[in-house]
Amino acid sequence: MTERSSKRVFSPHQAFKYAYHTIGRLPGGVFWLPVALGGISFLLISQPATWLTLTIAGLAMGLMIFLMASGLSLVFGLMDVLNFGHSAFISFGAFIAASILSWHAGWLQADSVLLNGAALFLALLGAVSFACIAGWFFETVIIKPVYKDHLRQILITMGALIVCEQLILVVWGGIPLTVPRPAFLQGSVLLGQVPIEVYRLFALLMGLVIYAGLYWLFNATRAGLLVRAGVENREMVEALGYRIDRLFLAVFIGGSALAALGGAIWAGYETMISPALGTEMMTLVFIVVIIGGPGSIQGTLLGALLVGLTGNYLGYLAPKMALATNMLLMLSVLLWRPNGLKPVAS
Amino acid sequence: MSIVQLQDMTTNIGPYRILHNVSFEVPTGGVFVLLGRNGAGKTTTLRSIMGLWQTSPKSVFFKGKDISGLHTSEIARMGVAYVPENMGIFGGLTVEENLRLATTKGKFDKSRLSWVYQLFPALEKFWHTKAAALSGGQKQMLSVARAVIEPRELILIDEPTKGLAPAIIANMHDAFAEISQTTTLILVEQNFAFARSLGNQLAVIDDGCVAYTGSMNAFESDAELQARLLGVA
Amino acid sequence: MFNQKKLSLAWGNPPSRDRNQNLAYTLRITVGLVWAILLLAPFLFHDVRALEVAARICIFIVLVASYDLLIGITGIVSFAHTLFFACGAYGAAIGLKLYGGSWSAYSLGSLAGMLLAVTIAAVIGLLSLRVKAIFFAMITLAVASLALVMVSQFSAYTGGEDGLTYKTPALFKTATKLLENENGSTVKVFGTKLNGKLAAYYFLSFSCLLIFALTVRLVATPLGSVLKAIRENDTRAEAIGYRVVRYRSLIFCLSAASAAVAGSIYAVWLKYTGPETVLSFTIMIDILLMVVIGGMGTIWGSVPGVLLLVLAQYYLRDLMEIAAEKTTGIPLLPELLSPERWLLWLGIGFILVVYFFPKGLAGAMLASGEKR
Repeated sequence: MTERSSKRVFSPHQAFKYAYHTIGRLPGGVFWLPVALGGISFLLISQPATWLTLTIAGLAMGLMIFLMASGLSLVFGLMDVLNFGHSAFISFGAFIAASILSWHAGWLQADSVLLNGAALFLALLGAVSFACIAGWFFETVIIKPVYKDHLRQILITMGALIVCEQLILVVWGGIPLTVPRPAFLQGSVLLGQVPIEVYRLFALLMGLVIYAGLYWLFNATRAGLLVRAGVENREMVEALGYRIDRLFLAVFIGGSALAALGGAIWAGYETMISPALGTEMMTLVFIVVIIGGPGSIQGTLLGALLVGLTGNYLGYLAPKMALATNMLLMLSVLLWRPNGLKPVAS
Repeated sequence: MSIVQLQDMTTNIGPYRILHNVSFEVPTGGVFVLLGRNGAGKTTTLRSIMGLWQTSPKSVFFKGKDISGLHTSEIARMGVAYVPENMGIFGGLTVEENLRLATTKGKFDKSRLSWVYQLFPALEKFWHTKAAALSGGQKQMLSVARAVIEPRELILIDEPTKGLAPAIIANMHDAFAEISQTTTLILVEQNFAFARSLGNQLAVIDDGCVAYTGSMNAFESDAELQARLLGVA
Repeated sequence: MFNQKKLSLAWGNPPSRDRNQNLAYTLRITVGLVWAILLLAPFLFHDVRALEVAARICIFIVLVASYDLLIGITGIVSFAHTLFFACGAYGAAIGLKLYGGSWSAYSLGSLAGMLLAVTIAAVIGLLSLRVKAIFFAMITLAVASLALVMVSQFSAYTGGEDGLTYKTPALFKTATKLLENENGSTVKVFGTKLNGKLAAYYFLSFSCLLIFALTVRLVATPLGSVLKAIRENDTRAEAIGYRVVRYRSLIFCLSAASAAVAGSIYAVWLKYTGPETVLSFTIMIDILLMVVIGGMGTIWGSVPGVLLLVLAQYYLRDLMEIAAEKTTGIPLLPELLSPERWLLWLGIGFILVVYFFPKGLAGAMLASGEKR
């Protein structure tokens, strides 16, 4: 008997099941996954300083990806619309912010945090407002006529993505663009004895603030409640007297704005962006949405953090594996939970 | 005066014609029962009134006003509530949040709320519980409570007793009897005993057409008609 | 050729009797004509570029037809089709590169490539065809982008971004003389030299025609009907007793194999294989455009779709170049009209086609008949 059970633990399937039940029973459930990931890699890396740097980088990256992915996830959850053009908003956000930052290069290098901040604020504002207008246009012109037809949705949004990418090439040209950082976000600070890039902390902070804002929006406001209700049951929301199409338009615009904001922050993080940015991020964003379970804000955060952390840890531990990391992550999650880690109840 | 009038209502779902020229009138006040076999078109009739299916033009009148072709949300704001067969509760939201979404301003009227609590005491107990964690009966109560949390003129209820325990059915029965004092109910029901004790008027739908309309008393006393239309002895 | 009986019926019936049938036959006859022109291309057009265009059309007909098996017939949206195409191409390329231009190297490489494609398809299929269709699209997209990265990473085998050049079997060398006259130079027929290039072209065009015919045939079999049933309503298909996941995986593998074979054939024709010619995302978009413009779910539609798009690709750029030159001085317009931006216009055209002709050219033809 003992022999049999010890054998069982070694079969991957059983090990999986065991892990599943253990994680499932903890309060908070799957939200312990990033923590577990951090713990395991701490043991593997065994250099606290390196680990801390990687963890902060991973969290910052995860939160930026969260910004980019949350809109896609909500739009899909609310209306079953998969917008392949979503990554265009990321690109537009990145390029617009980069342009505005370069126009205000003088402000960026000025000795005043106020001027630095103003330039940064203008850049982010520019990216977000452009995305709002573009999002409105995209939803009413491109997506509305094909609400209920999945195949045509995929094709049309794909076509829109091509057009957007080409427009970026027309406006900004094919060469990579250098993104200046505001002076107060340059350099590093010492955390204990570990140098941490200031911009990473900034990205981390922005991500956290916006997540907190979204959390408040979805849990404490009527509009947020409506979105959550709509993800579960569109028809019933209408039968209670609300216009789901207007709600959807609002979510679409908001999601596009978040994507552009994420792209803008990402541009500063990378310091060098190329027109291929959108395509690169698209894969990442899709993987995050699938891992998290479409329509779920918390799931998207979880997926994004997992992607960010694994990317950074594995990039250090096994650089050759780094390419396949996200794919492997996605495949293992799908094998475990085919509807994503935190699927929306329906 | 009748609250709902259907005039030659025809509904297609995809390529299929489900309802053929359905016509009947629902008098204001009391419980109007829709009976019929499985798949006869009762649910489709309710959904057509609610605007969830597109119907033929000028076929649905609510208080004398043509509402066919109006958006579901507009119909809802005219004072029509809908309790679907699958209850349509939002599982990820708490009982309180579910009910709050059904109010027009996001605020509860205290006396109305205590009246709802008195109809369904379980809801007060599980006020901050996620609706997904409720039992089937409690979900049904929540779904009905959502329809009456503010005064409405008409409530469309689709098979509220399906799969519920007898004690809860009794609770539902009393609740409906009380609600119907102030509101018109259109009730789709398979449970004939339940329907008989509540209903004043009825329509029988068969194969997408109206097979019978009339008062419950007349229908009740005609065993042969019941056997023919409902297949009950 | 494909369905002799029906074709001859079409000839026999007066066209006015049944518009629907008539249009369907018009489509088929057009397709037959296009193939006839493709097969005669070396004798009809004498410049090198025209033959390149014809070869590309043949290859893409196979690619698009096999993709239509997925998207049109079975209702699976995959973005990994170029991955399978690349498997076949790189298989053949690596075989020829490593073991020289021999037939055995070519066939072994192609076979290995095809097996790899089928294996990948089977793994993706069994793992993820049970999830929502839309998830599947995202997963294939992710796998395809991973493949792009892999090719550039394993440059020792794949040549990375630069790709591979290699020798082809001796028969296909341009210097090979298929027929010699008494002077020892290559015999010309209608001004076309009977050389290895011609042999390579006929190898390519006949193989493509064969695969296309098989694909058309496949759809007419009971298997084709099951696939269409799955597209229409998978729950119901499952309920009647068809194992939907198995059928989907099967057709995904078949389609992958077909794309891989097309890749091997293209590799030996181009004598070069690189990410730009077989794997890039642009090619995937081309395939999508072709299948949509031609009409999904018809297989036959692949021919007009490919024809239009490839011709546009080769000749639209020339037009745009002229237009760009004419508009120099006007702000932004030359930028928009530069030949490099042809994808922009194609993208806009694509959106318009999806809006206004959701069934594509062939589909619109067939549907306008059905309304009668």
